[in-house]
Amino acid sequence: MPMLDYTAPSTVEEAIRILSGASGTAKLLSGGTDLLVQLRSGRTKPDLIVDTKKIPGMIGIRETDGGFVIGAATPGAMIGECESLKKAWPGVVEAANLIGSTQIQGRASLAGNLCNASPAADSVPALIVARATCIVAGTKGRREVPVEDIVTGPGRTCLTRDELIVEFHLPKRPPRSADAYLRFIPRTEMDIAVVGAGVNITLDRSGACTDARVALGAVAPTPILVPEAAAALVGHKLDEKVLAMLDGAARRACKPIDDKRGTIEFRTKIAGVLVRRAATIAFERAGEQR
Amino acid sequence: MSKHHVSATINGEPAEFLCEPQQTLLDALRDELDLTGSKEGCSSGDCGACSVIVDGRVVCSCLMLAVEAEGRAIETIEGLARGSKLHPLQQKFLEHAALQCGFCTPGLLVAAKALLDRNPNPSETETRYWLAGNLCRCTGYDKVVRAVLDAAAELRGA
Repeated sequence: MPMLDYTAPSTVEEAIRILSGASGTAKLLSGGTDLLVQLRSGRTKPDLIVDTKKIPGMIGIRETDGGFVIGAATPGAMIGECESLKKAWPGVVEAANLIGSTQIQGRASLAGNLCNASPAADSVPALIVARATCIVAGTKGRREVPVEDIVTGPGRTCLTRDELIVEFHLPKRPPRSADAYLRFIPRTEMDIAVVGAGVNITLDRSGACTDARVALGAVAPTPILVPEAAAALVGHKLDEKVLAMLDGAARRACKPIDDKRGTIEFRTKIAGVLVRRAATIAFERAGEQR
Repeated sequence: MSKHHVSATINGEPAEFLCEPQQTLLDALRDELDLTGSKEGCSSGDCGACSVIVDGRVVCSCLMLAVEAEGRAIETIEGLARGSKLHPLQQKFLEHAALQCGFCTPGLLVAAKALLDRNPNPSETETRYWLAGNLCRCTGYDKVVRAVLDAAAELRGA
């Protein structure tokens, strides 16, 4: 067995000191549902595990000025139990709750899902369309980073070795706004996304879209924001012509790989189908608020 | 390498053990505390045979480090029965023949208990989704679901 140690700092500052002073490889532990699998398989061989969950604020959800702050290590089950969050950001909650089984939901966190940096991470497209930001703490202080800027490639993030995500911020929503996240898997539960699609929109009183964000997962090396797809929605009510434009823009943004979960052709087609359906759900949700 | 000393509450009783940093909670339960009811199926969080309840939430004990148990309240399958009196879930699993080889059964019982603790009257669909992380290769789940719903009814006093 390689030499491994474990520490659970009680403040962010202490965590940063430990991370920046570590002589070997340090790995942050939130829910551990990816990390422990990788430890066991030998895919990652850290010298030190830094458990973030003893730091106050790392687990929990609070409302601030109409927005939400979600602690980086908050488990999915807790996110699913927060009624006000579910009402404001149904797409974010449904995406977070799609990750794994009940048992996984008891531990799996947003920071873990993001920093594991899988192209297929379910919560990430939903957070991206929500304009969620991460508060990243390190030796140089704190910086606020949009979720779409964190993942730089499969298994890679822009965080430096002394940095950790402390919390996620979700902004205040204008009236008649809603989001939705859908993924395709060949069964109903317990699988990794073949394609994931998040849509977040705001409507005016007439039901026309005034603002939109569209993001896709599992069709490129990282989850991607697709401004061209969002542009297809803005200024329009939802009709077949607009959905066709949205579908086409989403398909053109895909740069997927062929693997056992799906071919390039299949993933590209499904991306178009999912954005149509997610947009339809988001429009319905926002329309109900009129 | 230094061992960590962990104090936790296990099935309502204070418990202490020493563990290596990389040891999972499942390993500690089985190897340090001789609580061998929790099973190791996949070691990757897919099968649910190692399910335990930590501070009220069901988790895979193979995906939690033993050191993380410090100060936490843990319920394992060994805490389900009261002496020789089976928990209604255990009784209903027997009555409905909801097990064959039995390897998945501790995990299914613990996960089902977590469901009924939180939702005394789950629908069949809710039950099936809740238990989706507990794999059984023998029974095909129908008998398991029937047993859980029947136990729920009994616990409600129906």
